[in-house]
Order: sequence, then C-alpha cells, then structure tokens
Amino acid sequence: MSIAITTQFICFTVLSLVVIIGAIGVVLLESIVYSAFLLGGVFMSVAGLYLLLNASFVAAAQVLVYVGAVNVLIIFAIMLVNKKEDLKPINDIKSRRVISTSICLTLLSLLIRVDLTNVWSLSSPQNSIGEESTIRIGEHLFSDYLLPFEVASVLLLMAMIGAIVLARRDVMSKDISTGLPVDQELIEKSSEPLLTNKN
Amino acid sequence: MEYGLDLEYSFNEFLKGFGLSSEIAHIIWLPLPMLLVLVAAVVGVLVTVWLERKISAAAQQRIGPEYAGALGVLQPIADGLKLLVKEDIIPAKADGILFTAGPILVLVPVILSWLIVPFGQNLLISNVGIGIFLWIALSSIQPIGLLMSGYASNNKYSLLGGLRAAAQSISYEIPLALSVLAIVLMTNSLSTVDIVNQQSGAGILSWNIWRQPVGFIVFWICALAECERLPFDLPEAEEELVAGYQTEYAGMKFALFYLGSYINLILSALLVSILYLGGWGFPIPVELIAKFLNLPINAPFIQVFTASIGIVMTVLKAYLLVFIAILLRWTTPRVRIDQLLDLGWKFLLPISLANLLITAGLKLAFPQFFGG
Repeated sequence: MSIAITTQFICFTVLSLVVIIGAIGVVLLESIVYSAFLLGGVFMSVAGLYLLLNASFVAAAQVLVYVGAVNVLIIFAIMLVNKKEDLKPINDIKSRRVISTSICLTLLSLLIRVDLTNVWSLSSPQNSIGEESTIRIGEHLFSDYLLPFEVASVLLLMAMIGAIVLARRDVMSKDISTGLPVDQELIEKSSEPLLTNKN
Repeated sequence: MEYGLDLEYSFNEFLKGFGLSSEIAHIIWLPLPMLLVLVAAVVGVLVTVWLERKISAAAQQRIGPEYAGALGVLQPIADGLKLLVKEDIIPAKADGILFTAGPILVLVPVILSWLIVPFGQNLLISNVGIGIFLWIALSSIQPIGLLMSGYASNNKYSLLGGLRAAAQSISYEIPLALSVLAIVLMTNSLSTVDIVNQQSGAGILSWNIWRQPVGFIVFWICALAECERLPFDLPEAEEELVAGYQTEYAGMKFALFYLGSYINLILSALLVSILYLGGWGFPIPVELIAKFLNLPINAPFIQVFTASIGIVMTVLKAYLLVFIAILLRWTTPRVRIDQLLDLGWKFLLPISLANLLITAGLKLAFPQFFGG
C-alpha cells in the first residue's frame, strides 16, 4: 500500500469513528451544552470526509454553514436560556424507549439494505474534477439547479420574517396567533437581560 | 506566470541525489514548510507584542520596555517565558474539559489559516483551489471556542464575553465575506496566488486598493472586529467585563488566547495586503527591473532577488497594517455594543452588498480593468 492510500485510510477510519461516536453522544448525553458542542465536532468530521472525497469546496461550505453559523447559533441560544430546571419524569418511559428503539432499528436496517443493494461505483471519471469542482458547482447552481437555489432563499426570507415577528412583538398591537391586544408589561419584562438573575 | 523558486522540487531532487525514493523525500519535505510557517507566526507575534508595547508607550509619552535587551526587544520573550512557567489553574467549579478545549479551538483554526498565505509564487504551504474561502470558513470556527471557554469558566463575565464575541464575529463575517467576494469576482479564482498575480500587471497602479477602495475599508474594519481589537474589543472590555472570556484563565491557557489574538491580527494584516495591496508584488514590476538590467526573467539571480523581495514586501505591507491597527487601538475609544451591531448590520452590510453589485456591473462594462 502506498503512503497516500494508508494516510487516506487512517483519516477515513478516525473521521468515521468520530462521526458515529459523536452522533451517539449528541443523542445520549444528559447535558444539552455537551450535545451542542459534540454536534459541532460531528459537523467538522463530516467536512473532513468531504475533504477525503476531494470535495474541498463542499467541505469548506460545510464548515462555514454548519459549524460557523448553525452550530454557533444553537450554542448561542442554549446559553442565553440556560435555565437549570428539573425535567418532569415521564410515566411510560419504558414503552416509549421500546418504540423509539424499534423505529431507529427499522430505519437502520433500511439504510443497510440500501447500502447493500445499490451500485455505488461510478463509471465515468467524474470523481477526478478536484479543484475545478467549485466552478462546476457554480455553473450547476445558476443553470439546472436555479429553481431549488432560489426557493432556498425564499425559505431563508420566511425564517427571517418569522424571527423578526417573534423578536419584535412590541411593534405589533395585536398578538399574531390569538388576535388579542398585546400585554405591553410582559414585553417589558421579557426585554430585560436574561442573565441578571444568574449567579 | 509559472516562474519563481520551486523549493519543494529542488529539495526533492536534492534528497533523491542521496538515493531516497521520491515518496520518502516528499514525507521529509512535508513538515518543513508547516514548521517554518509556525515559527514565522510565533516570531511575528513576538515582534508585534514588542511593537504594541513600544507604540503604546510612544502614544502615551512613556518609554516602554527598555532594559530587556536593546530597546526592550527581549520583553515579549520574557512575557512568554513567564506565561510558560505560571501555574495552570482550573477553577473548582469550572468545567474542566471544555475549559481546556476552548483555547485550543480558538488557536488551531487561526494557525491552519496560514496554509493559504503566499509569500511568493511558490512560497506557500498549499495553493488549494478554495484559497481565501478556506480562511473564511476556518475563521467561523473560532466563536465556538470562545463560547466554550466563556461557558466553561462558570463566571458571568466570561459568559457575557463569550456571547459578545460570538455575536460580533457572526455579524462582521458577512460584510467581510462580501468584500472578499468582490475581489474573487474580479480575479475569477479563489486562490490567493491568483489574486496576487491578477494585481501584478502594472506594479502599484494595478493593486486592488484602487479598484476596491470601499471593499478595502469594509474589509479592514471587519478584520479589526474579527480580531477583537479596539475599537471593537467589547468581548474583553476590561471596564465592564473584567477580561471577558479570558477572566478565569491563567498560565499557558491564557497564553493560547494571547497568541491566537496576535496571530489572528498578523494573519488579517497579511490577508489585507494580499487582497488589496498586491501581496508579494513590488511597487514597480520586477519584470521591468529585469528588463532594465538586461537580465532574463529566469536567471537564478533574478529568481532569488524576486523571492526575497516578495517576502520582504509581504511582511512590510503586513506590518504597516499592524502598525495602523496598533495606533488605532491606542487612540480610539471603544464602541458600545449597540453601535457595534448598528455599524455591522446597518452600515457595512448594505455598503458591501452595493460594492459587490457595482463591481459586478463594472466587470461587465470595463472587462479590461476589472477582470474579464
């Protein structure tokens, strides 16, 4: 085995292990802050897998969007509202666990089936684009994938309007969902800094 | 434009002369540029710390460090040694793992970004195709480290500092990326080497600063904000937050933050010089000088001359910008958090968007000046 292939194999093993163990940790850890940071690690490792596939632009975009924006915002939100509260015990926890485990196992078996039946190898030398891939992605985004690209921007616009509606209730006289006049006192209270009571 | 020293090739040929296979020669070569850049970054930090002390002293009519070496040049080394031997304290109620991982996560992306800083045609670690985009992506990891250390310190000042750092970093990343995008539009490439080569046509006249004056100013403001330098050092505003996310840190962990912020400052200065000030280019094109001296451009003497002048020019431009950043730090007051966010979202973002639009229009209207 040549050195390049060995390095690639070691990187692949480490990255896949980090992705799998990290993802399990995100689900199973009790502390939500740990889960959020682990999620960042999982995103980073997925970016590493993209790098191994010679998709450097996708890897960098993955880091920028998922780690730099999504994960930072998740952590940000968790830290702004990090209240220590006791979770209510759920009565039928056992049956719920059985159901969720069976659903997850079914999904897993489906994925394994997909993995075994599908033919993964590509015939054309498409995986050797390398550095040129950035240009190809740009061309595709502005030709045959233009509509999904634009629809995604509409989605972002909707999310932004939603966020503004939620954050700036004081500019509206009526509550959006109930139609009742807004209780201004509550808004004053909610606009106080959240961390003043934390010691 | 494929000229200039190719050290890797010569080094590999040299090792092959001893009967080593090309693969082993490559493996021996690999760590060398990385180590070299790491050393360059650390030496750069030492120089910058000394400059910071001396210039701040001059701005306040003091003398500054004087006794550690001539003109106090050894002062930063003394600082570093002090931090190295200080006790490593983890507060009793802090979260040990996150507390340790935070500074590492802050420093590593900054050092990784040096991958794409070119000091000459072939004088960079890796001419990756995504070039400048790699830096933008990597610099977006940093806020996670800051949030992590702010949270793990279990201290309200630290948490507030971390939150401020993340908010500031996210809001200034957008105009930063947009002003880089305008440059990329003119270059037709994300690679830093291509960006410099595109500016090398007519010496100082073809530098991007003349074609992108607005982008230059936006980028510089955003770079200062990303480095958390005064006037944008709200995350560690000492009058309000003790020292922000660094409050609980001591010894080498604090030194990692310190190193990270200074390496980031030098990196930003280098990138400004690469994007807007012609990178390794001499104000007068080297080709003209070679023609004046009647020497072919591929002559060994000219090649060594070009390479060394390239390194000198890059470092000189970067340190000029570092000097401006230090002067700004010691002469301007800090902005408030609402002013900071207003500046980022209501001023820099629309301006950089308009800049991008105008650049695209100019590129179509005058392709010979704005890259075809």
